[in-house]
Amino acid sequence: MWRRFKRHRLARIGGIIIGFLFIVIVLAPFFSLYDYARSDLRATYIPPQRIHYFDQDGKFHFRPFTYKLQRQLDTRTYELRYIEDTSQKYFLKLFVHGWKYRLFGIIKSDLHLVGVQEGGSLFLFGTDAHGRDLLSRTLFGGRLTLFIALVATAISGIIGSLLGGISGYYSGVLDIVIQRAVEVFRCFPELPLWMALSAALPRDWNPVYTIYGIIGIFALLNWPVIAREVRAKTLSYREEDFVLAARSIGASDMRIIIHHVLPQAFSHIIVALTVTIPWLILGESTLSFLGLGIQPPMASWGSLMQKAQNFQTLGQHPWIMIPGLFIMVTVLAFSFLGDGLRDAADPFSHF
Amino acid sequence: MVGYLVKRLLYAVPLLALITFISFVVITLPPGDYMSTMQNRLTQMGGLSVAQARQVANQMREMYGLDKPFLVQFAKWSSGIFRGDFGYSFRYRKPVFDVIWSRLGWTVLIAMCAMCISMIGGIIPGIYSATHQYGIGDYVLTVFSFLGLSIPNFFLALMAIYVLIFYVGVSSVGGLFSVDMVLRPWSWAKFVDLMRHLWLPIVIVGVAGTARNMRVMRANLLDVLRNRYVQVARAKGLKERVVIYKHAVRNALHPLVMYIGMSLPWLIQGEMATSIVLGVPTTGTMFLLALQDQDMYLAGSFLLLVAVITVIGNVLADVVLAWIDPRIRYE
Repeated sequence: MWRRFKRHRLARIGGIIIGFLFIVIVLAPFFSLYDYARSDLRATYIPPQRIHYFDQDGKFHFRPFTYKLQRQLDTRTYELRYIEDTSQKYFLKLFVHGWKYRLFGIIKSDLHLVGVQEGGSLFLFGTDAHGRDLLSRTLFGGRLTLFIALVATAISGIIGSLLGGISGYYSGVLDIVIQRAVEVFRCFPELPLWMALSAALPRDWNPVYTIYGIIGIFALLNWPVIAREVRAKTLSYREEDFVLAARSIGASDMRIIIHHVLPQAFSHIIVALTVTIPWLILGESTLSFLGLGIQPPMASWGSLMQKAQNFQTLGQHPWIMIPGLFIMVTVLAFSFLGDGLRDAADPFSHF
Repeated sequence: MVGYLVKRLLYAVPLLALITFISFVVITLPPGDYMSTMQNRLTQMGGLSVAQARQVANQMREMYGLDKPFLVQFAKWSSGIFRGDFGYSFRYRKPVFDVIWSRLGWTVLIAMCAMCISMIGGIIPGIYSATHQYGIGDYVLTVFSFLGLSIPNFFLALMAIYVLIFYVGVSSVGGLFSVDMVLRPWSWAKFVDLMRHLWLPIVIVGVAGTARNMRVMRANLLDVLRNRYVQVARAKGLKERVVIYKHAVRNALHPLVMYIGMSLPWLIQGEMATSIVLGVPTTGTMFLLALQDQDMYLAGSFLLLVAVITVIGNVLADVVLAWIDPRIRYE
């Protein structure tokens, strides 16, 4: 299966992108020069800064640099502008010491990959309405978005495989009850139900609880998809000899389901889960974008773009849409991966 | 066939009852109700004292029966539905039915047009993709279809707005009419203006559907092309075009029929985010506002409506499939 998977070019690309993304997001503080929560009202809506190699005389510098930013008020439109002061150069540095963070909650550090000389600034994605660095917010937002999608997928995977396994193995009253439950859940299109349920999370909750609430909602509404797949597989394995063998040496039903039947369906479960992840990323982003998901001060890719709902803000500061590109690339990568896995897991696919 | 139909319809009845109950439960879940939203407003903006505002809110609760226990409220709401009474929208101060009805037209119009686009735009490239598997065209189309599925609707809408306003220079984006057209009576000019606004949400909603159809069509056709009867058709010396269109495509369309039944609710949900961003007055925008204000009967009725559409779509798809394919009927 692995060999077949490797031959799938797009899936390989997807896998590489996801691997890269995980490294960046797990080590988010290391890659972000500024604290994602630090706001600076003198630095609101700075456009993405350019990194220069050539100065205004056309002279090449081996070390890239940024220019000093000068804040100006446009006297005609009363709009804030940032203009590069070409007389002041700040060179970039590798491995600088900056704001302090804890990696995995244990390792204390203040090391950052790229920095800039004292006095200069480096906002590669620009800043938001509160002058917070959009690059670090995007990385930390990605942490939350992926965390929610992965945990919710895992939970719905566990519930779905167990209930699907039970449903397929016993096939009787239990099967009928579970199947009806699955059917009722599938009658509701996901987005409206997600919206209604997350609107039910109390607004005055601690934002951390809200995150768990949203994970719960996604898990609750997604297990039926997995359960259905697993049930179909279980039905076909139920009459196989290995189940009979296990039963004849006195294994309990639960043991047969968990130790014998589910591992057989494992590749299919994995495929179903890989397809679920991008779907949940899209869902979480849409919810947070509409203001029903993640609440401030927490940020996710969707909620970072919330301000873009105002056309004027969008027009003046288009860089606040950058997190959207991350959503797109991530979802794309997961879809490629899922597609490749599906083809590889399917013994009848010819390629 | 009639027996199958009756069985299928009878089966839908308990399902609908359960759906109604769940819709109501979900909508009553949030703490507080519309009256507590209103109470806050009265104290903050209306200049009433907290006690006065509470009194008003309690009076309103009594008036609309919101002080009754949960099951009584549910019984009242669900029995009203049979009489076409979906409750009262506090926010719009109108019966829920009128609010939804006045907006449903736009939703259905956008969803239907998007469906047509995604059918035509999905099937034809899907056929091409399957018949030229692993060619350059297939790769391009595959990447495009994955892209279409990966872009969140709201993000696509935002980008479209940005590009249209700042690069193309369209003066009025979003909503249904230009500012100066809204209040005018219907005329040709107003119709043209409407079309100028309407194409954008339709295309945005259609993109994801197109991409999905393309994937489904490609996969189905590839499966069908592996069948023996396609080989037989080729062996008979039929032209490749006849083999593909007369023998393979016809059978590959089968699963798509079932999928059409399910795609209406799917489009309605795709339409939601897009309309909210573009400010089109459809049911999606209404639903979000209703949720924010806890206008519970409105939100609940909409939830019920989408679920019912899904059930009807599924029943229809089953019936059509049974009609095409006799094997299902005798199961």
